[in-house]
Amino acid sequence: MPNRLASPEELEKLRAEILSKIDPSRPTIVVCSGTGCETYGSRNVYAAFMQEIKNQGLEGKVGIRATGCHGFCEKGVVVVVFPEEISYVKVKPEDVPEVVAAVAKREILERLLYVDPVSGKRIAREGDIPFYKYQSRIVFGNNKLIDPKSIEDYIAIGGYGALAKALRKMSPEQVLAEVDKANLRGRGGGGFPAGKKWEETRNAPGKIKYAVVNCDEGDPGAYMDRSLMEGNPHAVIEGLIICGYAIGAHQGFVYVRQEYPLACENLNIALKQAEEYGLLGENILGSGFGFTVKVHRGAGAFVSGESSALMAAIEGKVGEPRLKYVHTAVSGIKGRPTNLNNVETYATVPFIINRGADWFRSTGTEGSKGTKIFSLVGKVNNTGLVEVPMGMTLRQIIYDIGGGILKGKKFKGVQTGGPSGGIIPAQYLDTPVDYDALTELGSMMGSGGMVVMDEDTCMVDVARFFVDFLCGESCGKCIPCREGLRLLQRLLTDICKGEGKREDIAVIEEVAEVMADASLCALGTTAANPVLTTLKYFRDEYAAHIDEKRCPAKFCKSLTSYYIDPEKCSACLICLRNCPSGAVSGGKGLVHWIDQEKCTSCGVCFDVCPDRFSAVLKISGEPVPPPPPPGTKVSRKKEG
Amino acid sequence: MEAMVNLEIDGKQVKARQGMTVLEAAKESGVQIPTLCFHDKIMPYGACRVCSVEVGKKGGRVRVVAACGYPAEDGLVVKTRSPRIDKIRKTIVELVAPQAMFEGEVSGELKEIADEYGADIHRFESRLNVKPVRCILCGECVRYCAEVVGANAIGFVGRGIERRVVFFPEKASKVCPGCMGCFKICPTGKIAAEADGTYFGFTVDRFLAGTL
Repeated sequence: MPNRLASPEELEKLRAEILSKIDPSRPTIVVCSGTGCETYGSRNVYAAFMQEIKNQGLEGKVGIRATGCHGFCEKGVVVVVFPEEISYVKVKPEDVPEVVAAVAKREILERLLYVDPVSGKRIAREGDIPFYKYQSRIVFGNNKLIDPKSIEDYIAIGGYGALAKALRKMSPEQVLAEVDKANLRGRGGGGFPAGKKWEETRNAPGKIKYAVVNCDEGDPGAYMDRSLMEGNPHAVIEGLIICGYAIGAHQGFVYVRQEYPLACENLNIALKQAEEYGLLGENILGSGFGFTVKVHRGAGAFVSGESSALMAAIEGKVGEPRLKYVHTAVSGIKGRPTNLNNVETYATVPFIINRGADWFRSTGTEGSKGTKIFSLVGKVNNTGLVEVPMGMTLRQIIYDIGGGILKGKKFKGVQTGGPSGGIIPAQYLDTPVDYDALTELGSMMGSGGMVVMDEDTCMVDVARFFVDFLCGESCGKCIPCREGLRLLQRLLTDICKGEGKREDIAVIEEVAEVMADASLCALGTTAANPVLTTLKYFRDEYAAHIDEKRCPAKFCKSLTSYYIDPEKCSACLICLRNCPSGAVSGGKGLVHWIDQEKCTSCGVCFDVCPDRFSAVLKISGEPVPPPPPPGTKVSRKKEG
Repeated sequence: MEAMVNLEIDGKQVKARQGMTVLEAAKESGVQIPTLCFHDKIMPYGACRVCSVEVGKKGGRVRVVAACGYPAEDGLVVKTRSPRIDKIRKTIVELVAPQAMFEGEVSGELKEIADEYGADIHRFESRLNVKPVRCILCGECVRYCAEVVGANAIGFVGRGIERRVVFFPEKASKVCPGCMGCFKICPTGKIAAEADGTYFGFTVDRFLAGTL
């Protein structure tokens, strides 16, 4: 067990010791082991590297490290070879011997490099890949440099230096003033200035105070907090201790959702290591300041991300929001002043302390400073986690970093802010992304989910999806939220089925307004945003569903039929064999046709029909042509 | 001498003791604000939202808050009736009425509010398509049992639109026969009326007899 560090000088000494053992020119193979790459098999890839390094007799000559998420999840398993930062994508265990051989010879293995889809060229350096090139990876960038299970790795890159600086050189007031001056706004959703929250907690009466990390991220499609907690837990812990020092709290909590097993595991390891080094506990770094952290694992309730619900859950009660006209900063856990921030907010704090508020303020827009991590997902080429300066436009994020829309399709909208956010249409693609601009468009920053949608996405169905999600995730306590959602769910489901009525639109808007005005917590007051923004920007799609019984995106099952074009059908039998309801008839050499009575509009035939034929068509809002006479032969020879 | 605060409720200057809620201050000054989940024996809960009122300070932003939980503050201007507030109350009653119904009607406070605000209790009946279970999930039974009796024999289960009230048999079989406090407190009369029913997932008769 290591000795407790008794002063900032001892921390520096330890850092120097760790660095002295590292040869920066030694090649090191870094295997991304975040949850994304893990599902692609990063554990096997890592094991293969360990074995292969041994096999080729390179132990000690070639280093290896498993890190947290690098962000480019689309291309997992991601492997980066340091110090040159050569990036290999989609690496499989069978590729490993070749990679190791190349590393040993200090060569580049062309075959596994990223290929730029625009120029067709292979790109070797990670930083030159467009996905990374346009980002400003400040908070998230350290993920690739450290093994999250190693506190020594974090200390090597300067970790806990901000804590040492705060404890040694700054008073709590100065720390608070610096965070306030930086105008660090909450990264979890509301965008409330962290400095103001800290100040309110600090000034609230009461000796015992708490600082809490909210890691209950649950927006569909969002996973940046997860990846940060998995990949760099010490940064979050360091920010939390600094917050405790600033507000006068000696007890911290981390609320982390049970569904994030790797985040729980890495967090607990990190806490134990920090305790062993004396970075947690009594008299941290000889400052006299003490701080301890408890982990509370959430039981899977989205609503527990709401501040008062989260605190109720930590107290062991049901995670339901309460009346909070007295802020949780004044009366939180056990009625004591409690500061709650999100994972990313805390992870940003050490940077502000190290480099100063002015440095932080030099990036971003007037009202939103610094960088923000987004989870860029949906119908976009490069899905993954991206960190960009506030104020970058949606177009730059989606096209320059995201590489545009899948299969060259047309962009329709981007959903930001999860179930509390809204869908932003194409005409606002040049909006600079910050808290205020997104709110103005009827959406919100939220925790940073960004779901890209293309022409095949039905906007009514998207609204229905989010309402469905909230019907199960609202706590159900207050009437406007619970019953409002229930009614919206019924009305939207009917519209998607083609059973909606014109007057339903007015009812939706009326109920949405009452939900926004009168719900108990922010989940309810924002619950109708996806519905309201789609009504605002895509009203014609609602009208088409109601008036013409047509789904313009040809997505809603009840309004979409499938039809095989007899001119294009090559009688390849693929759809016939794959149809789960036996609705496709025809045979070898005979034109296939779909029995509309048997068809369930599942779309399998459409998906499996080879692109070179594209014989299966979607039809919505118009009658399906009659099938060809039985026994019609294909009009052209089956190809290939 | 208790500290007092001065506020304005519906144009009237009102004095209230520090720590009172807007609901209490209004009541003392003779202004009635409707409620569905408030009971003076238990803590404010803020679930029904029919006590919503508009509050603001001179020159400041007007907000809608639940009067049952909002503290009476110096200089606060409260409006208990306005088109916005009336619409909230009407819509809430219309939304909750279908499940509150018993034999096609609502009763008690809910009926009074429906009449006062011109709510059509059948408006969303067919669209919501919920069972008329004679319960508005106000939680008065749950909170009375927890806060006054200290037994926690009845509680909520399920989340979102699945939320419902159940007795917890292990506790209920021991505590309930000697208490039945929630029978009197239930605003729709459901619990008392269904003593032989099975809405809460078991036969109340049996647990009263301790045979569960």
